Amino acid sequence: MTTIAIPEGMPQYDDVPRFDVAAVRADFPILDREVNGHRLVYLDSANTSHKPRQVLDVLGEHYAMHNANVSRSVHTLGTEATEAYEGARAKVAAFINAPSVDEVVFTKNSTEAINIVAYAFSNASLRPDADPRFRLGPGDEIVISEMEHHSNIVPWQLLAERTGATLRWFPLTEQGRLDESGLADLVTERTKIVSLVHVSNILGTVNATSRITRRVREVGALLLLDCSQSVPHMPMDVVDYDADFIVFTGHKMCGPTGVGVLWGRGELLAAMPPVFGGGSMIETVSMARSTFAAPPARFEAGTPPIAEAVALGAAVDYLTGVGMRAIQWHEKELTAYALDALATVPGLRIFGPNVPVGRGGTISFALGDIHPHDVGQVLDSLGVQVRVGHHCAKPVCTRFGVPAMTRASFYLYTTTAEIDALVTGLEQVRKVFD
Amino acid sequence: MQLDQLYQEIILDHYKHPHGRGLRDAADSDARVGEAHHVNPTCGDEITVRVATDGKVFTDISYDGMGCSISQASASVLHELLRGRAADDAATVHEAFVELMSGRGQVTPDEEVLGDGVAFAGVARYPARVKCALLSWMAFKDAAARAGVGVSPTEVKA
Repeated sequence: MTTIAIPEGMPQYDDVPRFDVAAVRADFPILDREVNGHRLVYLDSANTSHKPRQVLDVLGEHYAMHNANVSRSVHTLGTEATEAYEGARAKVAAFINAPSVDEVVFTKNSTEAINIVAYAFSNASLRPDADPRFRLGPGDEIVISEMEHHSNIVPWQLLAERTGATLRWFPLTEQGRLDESGLADLVTERTKIVSLVHVSNILGTVNATSRITRRVREVGALLLLDCSQSVPHMPMDVVDYDADFIVFTGHKMCGPTGVGVLWGRGELLAAMPPVFGGGSMIETVSMARSTFAAPPARFEAGTPPIAEAVALGAAVDYLTGVGMRAIQWHEKELTAYALDALATVPGLRIFGPNVPVGRGGTISFALGDIHPHDVGQVLDSLGVQVRVGHHCAKPVCTRFGVPAMTRASFYLYTTTAEIDALVTGLEQVRKVFD
Repeated sequence: MQLDQLYQEIILDHYKHPHGRGLRDAADSDARVGEAHHVNPTCGDEITVRVATDGKVFTDISYDGMGCSISQASASVLHELLRGRAADDAATVHEAFVELMSGRGQVTPDEEVLGDGVAFAGVARYPARVKCALLSWMAFKDAAARAGVGVSPTEVKA
């Protein structure tokens, strides 16, 4: 290996924080299991991540010892559950550097979080006295990109249909980057909201958001970042990113399914009309009308996912303990290794950036003309779990002229040996189908 | 599970050398033609099946689409098995194939009825792939109905 001396004064290679991957793996019970007679090689963390014992224990412990409903009981168990639930909110707020704990709304997942924002626009549009920033009508525009997950496309299509607003989008470059060349024409005074994926779930692209944010501020629009694939993998600071809303989901960051997060600027959440009506989100209710609680309660109608939120708090503790900077670096090394290794497979075409810069550890590819379902099936027979299909990002598949892709995605517990297993497995795929 | 149960030689053969592929116009201009386009929303696979019938016999079954080896081989087998068959006869085969695929590997296929279709017995053990195998068969059923020929009352729950 050649060594390159990094000039003095620059960040040195050894300055990068690291962690013991073997020790981390030992925290994840599922990584010990076998699949089809082979050691599990899990390369589908962009789909859902595994959960460490520390998170599973908290989930079990909550139900075993502290189970009660939140925000409504005077009894001891109710108080314990409420403290744990609100404690998790504080952990999540600190994890993303939210200026206030009250800016963190627990949802079911990212999809629900985006829909809450979309429906708040919808509801505001029906009320002349609503905050004009949330009122939409013909002539107004919503901007997304061709790189979005369906969860950041369909809610806006539906919103545009309901309000008469127009949906527009950033196209993609051949390299799988956001094409910002039309930024000034795309984001204009007509734009009310730009809703953009931070890290693509299919191409792995990390979008540089600063130019877009500047433009959004210039025209007075709002900015939502879909951080489903970034918050689990890199440090997130909502103040630094200068976003108005971010959304992410617990199960992709070592937490349980059933809990996600909508973060919004306090004054924006306060200006948003409610979306779901029910218990816990009210101030007072009479038979004729109701008034509503302040955020975050306004957006958490009904019994929330209490145990899941508490376990998400444990996941945040776990990730913070390992270190987000270290996790980001580990995945960067894996990505560089994987891009090199996959380049040795004959007939393999990578979709998205083929350099480990401005991309995360999610790599989609085609293997000749072999259909991804067949690729995934043969890999599964060798214990290698990858995702195949359109990855809920069908416009991306269309953009690159394929019906489906095979995707390998990494996380803090992924090893280079697992990437080797993928490459070996792909040789097997070629043997079956060539 | 053994991979070769799924990817039987017959399936790979139909996949690599599909029979009757490509949409065709009916040879007889009086023929009733029906067409259906089906997609598998989980993977994006698509198939268009077109049938031509004189009201009694499926004089042609043509298809085009893109998808995995299982879905494409299945369309090829469908063409082989049902083209030139009387509607009643086709219904029997259709029903047998759907039953085989819905059987979670517990149904023993009758080669007399299903021909190369018996190779799909292994696919029924892979719930994630059953939809692939049935894609063209469900499209065929709709196409036949549109041509005015009912094939099978069987509904498959995905």
